[in-house]
Formats: sequence, C-alpha cells, structure tokens
Amino acid sequence: MSQTDPDLKRRAGRRVGEGLIAGLLFTCGLVSVLTTIGIVVVLVTESAGFFRQVPLVDFLTGTQWSPLYTDQQFGILPLLNGTLMIAVGAMVLALPIGLTSAIYLSEYASKRVRGIVKPLLEILAGIPTVVYGYFALVFITPVLRAVFPGAGVYNAASGAIVVGIMIIPMVASLSEDALSAVPRSLREAAYGLGATKFEVSTRVAVPAALSGIAASFILAVSRAIGETMAVTLAAGATPRMTLNFLESIQTMTAYIVQVSLGETPHGSLEYKTIFAVGLVLFLITLAMNLLSNRITTRFREAYE
Amino acid sequence: MSLQDERFEPRLARRRRNGKIFQAVCLSSIAFSIAMLIILLFDVAKDGAAWFSFDFITSFPSRIPDRAGVKPAILGSLWVMMLVAAISFPFGVGAAIYLEEYAPKGRVRRLIQTNIANLAGVPSIVYGILGLAIFVRFFGFGRSILAGAATLALLVLPVVIIAAQEAIRAVPSSLREAAYGVGATRWQVVRHHVLPVAMPGILTGMILSLSRAIGETAPVILVGALAFVAFTPTGPMDLFTVLPIQIFNWTARPQAEFHGLAAAGIIVLLIVLLMMNATAILLRNYYQSRRGG
Amino acid sequence: MNQPVTELDTALRTRDLSVWYGDTQAVKHISLEIPRNRVVAFIGPSGCGKSTLLRCFNRMNDLIPAARVGGEVNFRGQNLYDDDVDPVEVRRRIGMVFQKPNPFPKSIYENVAFGLRINGFKGDLSEQVERSLRAAAIWDEVKDRLQDSALGLSGGQQQRLCIARALAVEPEILLMDEPASALDPIATSRIEDLIEDLKNEYTIVIVTHNMQQAARVSDYTAFLYIGELIEYGDTERLFTNPSEERTEQYITGRFG
Repeated sequence: MSQTDPDLKRRAGRRVGEGLIAGLLFTCGLVSVLTTIGIVVVLVTESAGFFRQVPLVDFLTGTQWSPLYTDQQFGILPLLNGTLMIAVGAMVLALPIGLTSAIYLSEYASKRVRGIVKPLLEILAGIPTVVYGYFALVFITPVLRAVFPGAGVYNAASGAIVVGIMIIPMVASLSEDALSAVPRSLREAAYGLGATKFEVSTRVAVPAALSGIAASFILAVSRAIGETMAVTLAAGATPRMTLNFLESIQTMTAYIVQVSLGETPHGSLEYKTIFAVGLVLFLITLAMNLLSNRITTRFREAYE
Repeated sequence: MSLQDERFEPRLARRRRNGKIFQAVCLSSIAFSIAMLIILLFDVAKDGAAWFSFDFITSFPSRIPDRAGVKPAILGSLWVMMLVAAISFPFGVGAAIYLEEYAPKGRVRRLIQTNIANLAGVPSIVYGILGLAIFVRFFGFGRSILAGAATLALLVLPVVIIAAQEAIRAVPSSLREAAYGVGATRWQVVRHHVLPVAMPGILTGMILSLSRAIGETAPVILVGALAFVAFTPTGPMDLFTVLPIQIFNWTARPQAEFHGLAAAGIIVLLIVLLMMNATAILLRNYYQSRRGG
Repeated sequence: MNQPVTELDTALRTRDLSVWYGDTQAVKHISLEIPRNRVVAFIGPSGCGKSTLLRCFNRMNDLIPAARVGGEVNFRGQNLYDDDVDPVEVRRRIGMVFQKPNPFPKSIYENVAFGLRINGFKGDLSEQVERSLRAAAIWDEVKDRLQDSALGLSGGQQQRLCIARALAVEPEILLMDEPASALDPIATSRIEDLIEDLKNEYTIVIVTHNMQQAARVSDYTAFLYIGELIEYGDTERLFTNPSEERTEQYITGRFG
C-alpha cells in the first residue's frame, strides 16, 4: 500500500494516554521497591550516626545494655539473647505441634474434620498479637507460676509459650501445603509394599515434603524473632544474659517499643538505638526469609 | 493370613499400635491449639463482659476505671483504616495491574515480585521505624493519623498486591483476547473487562489486609500514637490513638480493673475483626458461586 | 467364556466380585481364576474396569473412600475381604507396579530397602537388594551408584527399579497396571522380556490397553467391557479365534 490507512495508525492522543497510564502503574509497582530502599536507607544512615559514637565491636560483643540509664552501655548481646530465648522456646512448642497437626490434616483427617479445624487455625492466626500478650499475662503466667513458684511476674517462658501458640497455625498451614504437594502415586507405592498409614505418612510423605516443611520452620522462626507486643507485655524489660526461662528478659523488639513509649529526644543517642537495634532485627529476619526461599526453590524439583 | 513367613517378621500388631499412638499424638496437637483458642476467647469474654457496655464504647479513657471508655480509640482506628484503605487500594491494585498486565516477563518483573514477597516477611515494627523516619520526621506529618495510616498502608501493601494479583490472574485469558480482538487498548481491556471480574477478589484481599492492619500495635506505637487521648480526632493531621494501643496500655497496668477494661477493648476489637472477616468470606463465596456455579 | 485353569494350580480366585464407586458399578460380578506362574492380561477399552479389578486383588481400592466391594477374592484359602484380614499383610504378598514409575525420592538402595525395612526382613538387607535388582534386570546399570537418587534414572530404569522394589518383599503375585504405557518402545520391550523371565517365580497379572503387548506377553487373556468379563482364555486362541463377538470386535479395532 502506498498510502497508509489513517484509521490503522494509532491516534497520537490515545498513545500518549496509554503511555501515561502505563507510567502511572509502573510507579505503583515501584512503591514496593521504594519501600525496601527506604527501609535500608533509613536503618543504615541512622545507624551510621549511632556507630560514629558507639564502636561496632562494643555493640556486637558487649553484654550490658543500658542506654537509658546514666551508666550507658550499648552491648546488644542481652537483647539478642532475649530474642533468641523467645524464638527457641516458641519453636520448641510450635514445631512439633504444628507439624503433627499438619500431618493429621493432610494424611488422616476427613474432609469434614479438615473443614472445621482449618478455619479454627486461621482464627488463631488472625488474632492480634496484643491480645496474645493479654492472654499471656492473664492465663499463661499464672499457670506457669503455679507450676514453677520461682517464676517472675514477667518471664521469658510466658512470652515464648504464647509466641509459640501464635505461630502454630503458620507451621501447620505451610507444612500441610508441602505435604499436599507430595504426589499421591508415592503414597500408593508405599501402601503397595505393605506399609501402614503411619509409615506412609512419616517415612514417605514427610521426607518427600521436607524442603517445604523446613522452609515453613524457618519462616516461623523469623516471625517469632520479629514478634513484638506479646513479648513486650509478658516477657519483661530487663535485658540480661541468662538462660533461665523463668526470669524476665528483654527482646530487641520490646526494647524498641520501650524507647518509643518514653520521651526520648529526637536525634539523641538513645533515639538512635532504635535504628541500630532495628537494623540488626531487619538483617536477621531478612537472612532467614532468604534462606527459606532458597530452600524452597533449590529443592522443589525433588519429587519427579 | 494363615501362613507364617520365615524371611519376614512383619510385626503387624506392633506397627498398628504405633500408628494408633501417633494418630493420638497428632490429634492432641490439634486439640491443644483448639483448647488454647477456646481458653483465650473464654478468658477475654469472662474478664471483659462486666466492663463491656454502651458507656464503654462512648467514653474517653480515664484514670478511674469505671468511667473509662474506648471512644477515641475506636474513632482513631476508624480514621486510620479509612486512610489505609484510601492509600493502599490505588497503589496496591495499580502495582498488581502493572505486574500482571503490563510488565514484560523479565528481570524487572521478577525483581519487583521477589521484593514484594520479601517485604511481606519484614517484622511490622521495622515498618514502624520506617514510618517514624519518613512520615513523622522527613515528610513532617508529625505524630498524626496520616503518618500512622501511611505506615500501615506500606505494611499491608504486599498483601494487597498479592491478593489483587491472584484475582487478576484468575480472570480467564479468553476474556482478554476477546477484548483485544475488537481493538481495545490495553488500558481499556483492563478497566472494562479485567478489573470488573477481578474486583470481588481484590476487595476480599483489601478487607483481609485491613483486618490485619486494624490489629497492629507496634508500628503505630513507633509512629507516636498516644497512650492517653482525651479528645476525638477531627482530621488526618491530629494526634490519635487506636484500639490495640488502648488495649496495650490497659493491659500493661498492674491493677485488675484495667485488665477488665483491656478485655472489654479486646471484645470490641474481636467483634470488629469478626465482622470484617465474615464480610470478606461472604463476598468471596458469593462471587465464587456466581462464577463457578 | 472359558476358564483355563482346570489342570493348573490357582494362585488367586475371584467369586462374584463387584466394585461400586458411589452409585456407579465399575466391576460387575466377575468370577475368574488366576493360575500360578503364568501371566494373565486384562484387556479392554478405557473405563472397562480392568484397573479397578486389578486393584481388588491387593485391596488398593480400600484407599478410595467412595469405593465399595462385594463378592470374594480368595487367596491361600482365605477371602481377602474378610473382616479379620489386614490389607497391610495382603499387600506384602501381592505386590503392585504402577503405570507411571513412582520411585521414592530416596537413593536407589533405599527404594528397594524400604519394603524390607517396614516388613521386618530378617536376612541380609544388601544381599536382598542386590538380588531384587538383578531379578528386575537393572543391577548392572545401577550397581555402582546405589546411593544416588532414584530420580536420576531414566523412565524405563525407574520402572525396573519399581519392579525391583516390589520383588524385594517376595510377593507371590505381581500386579502390573499398564507398566509400560509411560515408556518408550525400547524400554517397553525390556519390561516385556522381564515379565517373561519373572513368571517362573511369580504369578503376574498385567493390565494393558495395548493388545499386541497382551498377545506378546501373556499366557491367558481376559477381555473386559463396561465392568463385565466377556471372555477369558488362552491368549493365542482368544486372539486368533475368539468365542464372543464383542471380543472379536475389540480385537479387530471396531471400537475402543
């Protein structure tokens, strides 16, 4: 055709309009990227200011944390200790319970049972963490102190238990997804050899779903590490190096809340501890989330 | 079976017994979780029932437990939720449309996608720190509703995006192809064909993310919501408090009456959450039955 | 309908066997006998119930909640569907190989050893593993890499591994549900040769949708159609001179 049909050419106005819209939508997509950049920039720059005054080595290896007292010490290990105690304690509770719940739901439960239990677990997962904090103070701590008279009003065990309860649904649901993804043919092969349901579940299905289950564990630990309100209310505000679950401790997250609630002047060193501790928290959870992703993608092809 | 086999010792009785024990263990795990749920709800109801009243909902907090109420907290939460919805909806749905309909399948798309997934795993308190530095300080919003809402909007954005993406992806490609086939531009296809079909799923995701945001405490504390508010907010730049913070404040006090107040506050919060989630589920079921049935 | 087994020893006998999935009857009152140390093929168009029938023999239909079985399956003088019969016990003695190779995501060694471990094998594990792999004609190909993952094998090798796995627990009868349908022709022919060798020690029942395969491999063939047993007899005779008209129609490709 020597002459282009005008109707076939894109009208310039429409093209500009489409371009504008595409650009707008792209900007929306960028917001998430900007959020990540924002988090990193904020944490790093403010922490840089902090580390100009407090040597990094002291921060990472010091065993005393008392920024709000006259004798200021900035060793983060007590806070890390507290966070780890909560995370470990929570996992000791949540892993076995979550995994066995998942196995039951995936291998044993009838459709009807599953239809009742899964929503209940989702309700458990949807309860705000401050409510769990209340529950810890009002139920868990008194029961704990009845069994262990030496336990403090605030103690690590209460925090760990309630955080554990909080993440059971997460472990159960992700592990159940992993188990459901195991092809039925594998189970049939095992039954065909004369295996009982118990053996099929534990010696064929769980090993085959192991990467998904491991990923779910790591994500749950990450969640336990980032948990704030329950531990603020129940576990205490005393940063210390201890392994005694009956004592009060302080987690990184609880410390950040403590500082925010007080009247700490902007720009002061105490204020900057928010960012330094926040940075450590962010890096730890980021590492765990990346590890979990890695495990899922690396071992996903492992069935067929 | 009658014949004994010298080469194998199947020990069926023992294996069966182990199986039953294991099944009992699994069942008790589930029973444990359900028991904890029941005890939690029961404790809250028991402690809070006495304090839960119309006066409770319409009064301000007070040092005197009998006169304390959650009105500013409820209003604060409402304000915040409206703003969170207003902020996260356009950005979240926009991002989802971009990722599903516009972005070329390549590195950029994968980068944004992974980034969103990672953001979903960042602890909520870190969002609070971000909000403190960016919205309260840098943008100068101060300790206002706007700062709180913007922070929470960022927190729930990944959830909104992922839910919206799923809803958009569920729209059959035949629909798009038909629209492109009659000469529609990409935006026309999205706006007139994809979005209407995906909207119920998107709305469900929105409601679920709002129900997550309404229970968040830590980021709001970081942004400076007050513990004791004696007024009702009138605008987005006002100081404020939200329901979870009021609950937190009361729970942290040693006196038993304040625990009762906290429990009553929890009842309010849980009722709101129940209503929101029920709406989301009804919405999902209604549109699922309409589409599939 | 001819029953071929008057002189031969019977490994398994069904009597008025029926299977319902919900309201649909997939297998209708089938009575037949499987002779010992022979290969019996079940043929018929898709959906005729041949797999369902096969799965009755080792009570695999138990795994489907909606399935209901009527009639008897007699093995070693006992009805397998009696209340006091444990399906777990049945399945060690009546093994199964499936359509799509389904090795466990474990090592080659562990795949074969699995059945031995759960069934409390009292002999030398490694020796039995080797013996089974030899019997499945795959030993030479894997003897140097027993600890490697089974998923690294080719499709045909995986299926022979699955056969080895089934043989390891020393079943009397081996049920094969379209064992070669997912494999290429070369792998298929190796499986068919294997079946020829195996029948000396085992009784084999094979479901196949490939008539030529049935003709090559089996001693007796049963033709099923919509859940009913239409004809059952000597393979050569059934294929060259079938008694029933529907059998002839199926064999000559008139349907299915």
